[in-house]
Amino acid sequence: MPELHFPWLELAILLPLIGSLIVRFPKDREKARRISVGFAFATLLAAICEWIDFVRLGQFEAHDHWDVVAAFAHQNVLVIDELSAPLFPLAALLYLLTIYSTLKTKVSRFSMSGTLVSEAILLATFSCRSGWLLVALLAIGVAPVYHELSIRRKESARVYLIHMMTFIGCLTLGYAILPADAALAPDRPGFATLIAGGLLTFGALIRSGIAPVHCWMTDLFDRASFGTAMLTVAPMPGAYAIMRLVLPVAPTWAMQAIAVVSLITAVYAASMAVVETDSRRLYCYLFLSHSSLVLAGLELVTTIGLTGALCLWISIGLSLGGLGLVLRSIESRVGRVDLARYNGLYDHAPMLAGLFLLTGLASIGFPGTIGFVGIELMIEGAAAVSPIVGGAVVVATALCGIAIIRAYFRIFTGTQVTSPISLAAKPSERIAVIVLTFLILGGGLFPQPGVSSRHHAAEHLISRRPGAAPLPDHTLTPQQVRQNQ
Amino acid sequence: MKPIVLSQFCGILAVASPALLLLSVGVARLLGVKLSEHATARLTQVSVAFGLLGSCGVLAFMLGAGRREIPVEIGDWISLESEHFHFHLKFVFDRLSVPFAILSFVLCGTVGAFAKVYLHREAGYERFFLFYAVFLLGMIVSALAGTIETLFLGWELVGLSSALLIAYFQNRPIPVRNGLHVWIVYRIADAAFLAAALTLHHLTGAGDFAGMMGNGVWPDSIANIDGRSAMWVGLLLLVAATGKSGMVPFSGWLPRAMEGPTPSSAIFYGALSVHLGAYLLLRVSPLLDVSLPLRIAVVAVGFVSAIFGAYTARVQTDVKSALAYASLTQLGIIVVEIGLGFRYLALVHIIGHALLRTLQLLRAPSLLQDYQNLENAIGDRLPRAQDDLLSPTCKAEPVTGYRFWYERGYLDAALQRFLVRPFTKLFLLAGMLEDRWTMWLAGNQPPRDAARHHQSWLPSDPKRLSAGSVREEAN
Repeated sequence: MPELHFPWLELAILLPLIGSLIVRFPKDREKARRISVGFAFATLLAAICEWIDFVRLGQFEAHDHWDVVAAFAHQNVLVIDELSAPLFPLAALLYLLTIYSTLKTKVSRFSMSGTLVSEAILLATFSCRSGWLLVALLAIGVAPVYHELSIRRKESARVYLIHMMTFIGCLTLGYAILPADAALAPDRPGFATLIAGGLLTFGALIRSGIAPVHCWMTDLFDRASFGTAMLTVAPMPGAYAIMRLVLPVAPTWAMQAIAVVSLITAVYAASMAVVETDSRRLYCYLFLSHSSLVLAGLELVTTIGLTGALCLWISIGLSLGGLGLVLRSIESRVGRVDLARYNGLYDHAPMLAGLFLLTGLASIGFPGTIGFVGIELMIEGAAAVSPIVGGAVVVATALCGIAIIRAYFRIFTGTQVTSPISLAAKPSERIAVIVLTFLILGGGLFPQPGVSSRHHAAEHLISRRPGAAPLPDHTLTPQQVRQNQ
Repeated sequence: MKPIVLSQFCGILAVASPALLLLSVGVARLLGVKLSEHATARLTQVSVAFGLLGSCGVLAFMLGAGRREIPVEIGDWISLESEHFHFHLKFVFDRLSVPFAILSFVLCGTVGAFAKVYLHREAGYERFFLFYAVFLLGMIVSALAGTIETLFLGWELVGLSSALLIAYFQNRPIPVRNGLHVWIVYRIADAAFLAAALTLHHLTGAGDFAGMMGNGVWPDSIANIDGRSAMWVGLLLLVAATGKSGMVPFSGWLPRAMEGPTPSSAIFYGALSVHLGAYLLLRVSPLLDVSLPLRIAVVAVGFVSAIFGAYTARVQTDVKSALAYASLTQLGIIVVEIGLGFRYLALVHIIGHALLRTLQLLRAPSLLQDYQNLENAIGDRLPRAQDDLLSPTCKAEPVTGYRFWYERGYLDAALQRFLVRPFTKLFLLAGMLEDRWTMWLAGNQPPRDAARHHQSWLPSDPKRLSAGSVREEAN
């Protein structure tokens, strides 16, 4: 297997782990926040370097140089491929921006150490492709959130725990009974493969919040801090589990049936977002609708649908991540925003209003933003499977569009308020805003490199399913390498 | 420089100048740089002037060289060769698009100059011109689009800017509600448009209008799909056009749209935006030629809208609403003309109507004041015009079915009762059931900080969004 030029993966996982230990010491929480920002920034740099290094290699997959973990485990445990390569910097960026935009007044409520630990677990998950280690990492990822809910905030974690235990149980049992040769003929599965695939799928769908097993997400947003809840769902580890554990073994008909269930969730969640009166829950439903669209695209098992889903994955990470940061900033100033009335915050926070609109529109695939291409490809891929499926994607995005503009009007307009305190964006928030805007508009105006990269990944993922037409070569052409760069 | 190269340059200039306007105004706002009113207005003037110059340059070349169509290829924005997926950026200058683009530039320029004075020292001056830039770009992209995807791009920009400008006076709830109402109708129209575009793409394998509508130039091109497919695609496009142009049954948003400042009312709902649906039907008019049921549907929608607009306009009690429905009447007639195949007539009708309506809407706010000034000056009432010179809408004759027309055909109420209310009730109920289920799973322990709501200085009169209040709001 090709090697990266430097152990970027190990570095990206190790840095937040070290950071999580160090930030425990300072009693001054603001100092702890600054240290956390430093480590999160270093992690992002490592993740970006990993991505650049990987793209320059022009290979489908690669592992670390001086791979210490491989030396102990006697196999390549930490591996990056075209699916996970961009997810690495995306996850690192979301963590950095969340930590960076945490206001001084909220530092005591938001666990910096726990956040860095969960970042390390997530990055380790994204660098693990299959096997028990992936199952274990997905299970361990539950712990930091449980710790925050149950110990730090003294909230009931029952709903979260019930769902996550089911998720872990399904994954463990499914992977245990999965026959070793299941991936050889996914379209002619045996009984054991079907049961194992069903369990793995159910587990991953619980983690992704597919209806009707989505209530843990709304509960999490109600009980956890906004930052933690957002970081738990936004990188979509459930979708990653489906790609790694289910796609190689599930028959095409089963995947497409799950795609239909995901689409129903997408429409349902979008409809709930339209009538929701709590800002956090609105965000939760919007996210649920979009992540269900991603899942639907992943499960269509067509190259164009998969390309759309992979593009959407990145765009949702950025756009809904940005939207979450805006809502979090607003919440840190005025508390939970009630959408049953007009709050009129525009005059006090015009920059946040602008970013809310921009990120919201990007998430629904508004032209000129990063989400546009993903949604177009998704609809194209879905319509190729069935016009009704394509129609469902259109309906879901239309409803999300209504929900976002409604929320914008409710939060920022409709009345005039006089605030005793300044609600203007702080410098750290401004920088976060500008970075996200740059990425959302840059990715929207120049989408070709990103789309080519995701299409190439989709082709390879599909071609690795037995029975699919093989690709002529598993290396990128020089032209594609240039495009990716 | 060769004339053909010059014409291409002019074509790019026509599209690039509004794009640069949006870029400059948008970047300044993003970076927190406050542009002065003078600078904003000057940027707008320069952009419109260059755009108009570019459009006129292309027109001059077309007339001089006897060309009926000039394509300007920008290239593939996105291309996946192996999937045959292309998002081709192409603009077409032909007998339909060039007059519409010139009309857009002329009217936007006029309204920009008007708004510069009208909105002087308004708090939202910059915001208005930002949305104006989005609208201008959207209109020009829509008018000159050579592919259905490009048209969709412009179509969306127009929709967003319209909704946000209706809510321009954003510190009052009513403009905001109306902005949301218009946005909802536009989303329905957008969804229909997107579905039609994809279907057309699948049927013809291309998003290019030239590929879809045959090789001829507008209006002589012939659609290369069969009548049945044309009917379904055409019906979806008709829904899109109906929503965008406020035709029946979506007419309810027209008077709501007048909540925006006068310049935006004039440019959107009197002049340009309201004609975008008719423009779409003109652009895809070759589809009408191959499907008689589609033509009948188009004529029927146009006819019903015209009758509805004519009667509703007669009983409106404010001038902007009366003008909005008068626009609908003309629009209905334009759509009938398109359905009957009179395409040049429809185009000329659009241009004439847009110009007249812009003048009327810009004049409307000051007309009464001027009359009062005149009466004050002469110390008496102004003499009444002779009855036979008055238009039917000004005569004090009883209107049959007054209540029906006054209530605007109960269209909004019907949509509310049969669509919005059941939808809201259903999902509020689903939300309640979810809450109960979650609470049961949580052992009936509510979130500790659920009450950690709202600062005391925020509005303290929450109006819960129950099904009842949704109904009230939409009314």
